[in-house]
Amino acid sequence: MVTAPERVWWRVPVSRAEMVWIVLAFLLVMVFFSLWMALWHGIGRQNATGAAYKVAPQTYREEVFAFARQWKVGEENGIPVVAPPPGSHVYLLAQRFSWYPILKLKAGETYHLHMASTDVLHGFSLSPHQWAIQLYPGYEWVMSFTPDKPGTYHIICNDFCGLGHQTMLGKIIVEG
Amino acid sequence: MASASASAGYRVCPVTGLKVFLPTERLIQAVAVSAVVALLIGGIAALFVVLNRWLGPDVVAPSRFYMWIALHGWNMLVFWIVLFEVALLYFASSVLLSTRLVWPRLAWVSLGLMVVGVALTDVAVVRTPQNYLSFQPYVPLQGTPDFYLGPILFTVGSLSALAVFFATIYTAQKEKVVGRSLPLVVYGAAVAAIIAVATLVVGAMAFIPAFLWSLGLVGSVDAFWWKLTYWGFGHPAQQINLAAMITVWYFLAYITVGGVTPSEKVSRLAFVCYLVAINLGSAHHLQTEASGALSVPWKWINTGYLVHLAVLGSMIHAFAVPAAIEIGQRLRGHGQGWFRWLIKAPWGNPAFSSLVLSIALFGFLGGTSGVIYGTEQPNLLWHNTLAVVGHFKGTVVLGTTLAFMGVTWYVLPLIFRRQVVGRPLAVVQPWLFGVGMALLAVAFMKLGVADGVPRKQGDIFLFGGSAFAFPYPAHVWAWMAVAGIGGLLGVLGGAIFVGLVVGTVLMGKRLSEAELKGGYGLPGAVPAPVGGAVHSLPVPKGTLVLTIIFWLFFLAMYLRAFAQLSSTWPLGH
Ligand SMILES: [Cu+2]
Ligand SMILES: [Cu+2]
Repeated sequence: MVTAPERVWWRVPVSRAEMVWIVLAFLLVMVFFSLWMALWHGIGRQNATGAAYKVAPQTYREEVFAFARQWKVGEENGIPVVAPPPGSHVYLLAQRFSWYPILKLKAGETYHLHMASTDVLHGFSLSPHQWAIQLYPGYEWVMSFTPDKPGTYHIICNDFCGLGHQTMLGKIIVEG
Repeated sequence: MASASASAGYRVCPVTGLKVFLPTERLIQAVAVSAVVALLIGGIAALFVVLNRWLGPDVVAPSRFYMWIALHGWNMLVFWIVLFEVALLYFASSVLLSTRLVWPRLAWVSLGLMVVGVALTDVAVVRTPQNYLSFQPYVPLQGTPDFYLGPILFTVGSLSALAVFFATIYTAQKEKVVGRSLPLVVYGAAVAAIIAVATLVVGAMAFIPAFLWSLGLVGSVDAFWWKLTYWGFGHPAQQINLAAMITVWYFLAYITVGGVTPSEKVSRLAFVCYLVAINLGSAHHLQTEASGALSVPWKWINTGYLVHLAVLGSMIHAFAVPAAIEIGQRLRGHGQGWFRWLIKAPWGNPAFSSLVLSIALFGFLGGTSGVIYGTEQPNLLWHNTLAVVGHFKGTVVLGTTLAFMGVTWYVLPLIFRRQVVGRPLAVVQPWLFGVGMALLAVAFMKLGVADGVPRKQGDIFLFGGSAFAFPYPAHVWAWMAVAGIGGLLGVLGGAIFVGLVVGTVLMGKRLSEAELKGGYGLPGAVPAPVGGAVHSLPVPKGTLVLTIIFWLFFLAMYLRAFAQLSSTWPLGH
């Protein structure tokens, strides 16, 4: 290994033990792992499937404000609480260092979630933990989702967005 | 006292019989010392990062945390590892091939550039909060120009070192110092070097526009495009660390127990797997982006089949390296039963215990977690949580860094020709560092996957006093304490390492040729040569049992990740 191989190394047959391992490893990673990824799109219910659009920050901001005005039911810490009807399109805006608005949703109903940043990269994540989505300025994602368990979910920005990053929290309320 | 057989400018190593070119030796010393300085800076930063996470913002304020984590990331993941790799490349090309290093002057210039790059970046980070961008300086957050210039200079320096490496091998082959087949260890180093060239070129493609943009010479850089190209650099950079680590594994298996790979052909082929599709790993950093931006088939091909080909390479090494140890031991009289070779191994040799810990912890913690969270759907659970940190503590810390620390116990007597000071501390160092960092890695993975605790967060206690602040459940703090204690043990293990290396280089007893010849000052006994020609290698049946256990663990963890994901809110259906 440290000196040049003495025998013609490409002619030395592979031992049975190593052959067994190579076959096992191949089946696991090249066959099972690779296929399973595609399979989960059929049998699984959690995939980052959704539309993507290029959007100017100002345009997106106006979309979100119009949405919040339409379904506003209250206010918390200066952020509107918004209760859109089940099955509708709901909007979330990420900007340094807040999430806008607060969403009030019905458990078990499906919504079409629009998400974008208007300044730098942010990370959408929830506590209790569900999943995390990377957000960009200039790009709008639309993903359908079903909040199936009631409760209060805190939105935590999980990508560094500046010195106030640790304060960037929001909220989604899921009613039973 | 130089041996009679040594020609001008060389000495003959009394232990290995290799001809050591003296300018190479001086270079390796200087590069290795620079690497350890970077490790020291990164280690000091690690202490503050751990204290903030565990004890909160009163102990280390959030803004300080961002500074420390930026310093930690750059010095550990880039400066320490790359500098050490450069030392390895000089060693593999010039020392292992017993040949002269061509262009030694360029090698010194390269070291100078890298050191200036380190200094520029570190000073830039400490000087202004604009540069607390960590290792992922995502556009459009903007650093100051010196923040981008530092890594660019470091990159140019590393590329020059690679040029010296390739020119040395080319010259050695042209002058018939070596034959057409390189030794496996040199071959592995060459693979790491080829990946490094591709990586650094892409790195320049990412950092040069950002540098120009920070100077105001370019209008803007698209955020999405930047993240894709940035990881075109960031991902293969980890493939270099992987290839270098595996190379060190083979070297350590040889020098500690006289290891022999079960098949030169298979081991070489596994290295080739790393070369294929190295850049496409970039894609698995964009798994939570909507499929409208990056389609499902695109993700499937890139992060499935293509990345898994590199994973297959690692799986092959996962068998071949332990098998090399087992074969070495069996050839030397520890052939009875299934695991006697392992029990009778030189556990008192810190290089050997580093090797075994590095293999086991990289495999079970770093490797498996990387494959799982690089997969499209589990990534939704892992993305930007502490679990990601847990994963790369398993790869670059428990794997690469531990392996590099292990080989250092040989570098000190053989290249610096000094006796390691504080030998008993050196024996416990791998265990302290390995067990401590493993605790932290496991706790972080738990905190990330189960509780979604974010990674780049300076205050998970009070969220900087946000009106929407909420408390994490009690079990989060219990696991954070595990991580904190593990982190402190790791920092202690790292401090012992740096202390012993600095102590040895400055005050270690100089070893004479006769002392080295007798094995004195080496971390372990030199494996005895095997008498007679070896026609067929012993069967590594113990390794096969161990790897099958690993295989089952891997499958179980993979399925568990999907089970965890399936309990979250349905998404994208
Ligand atoms: Cu943030
Ligand atoms: Cu990667």
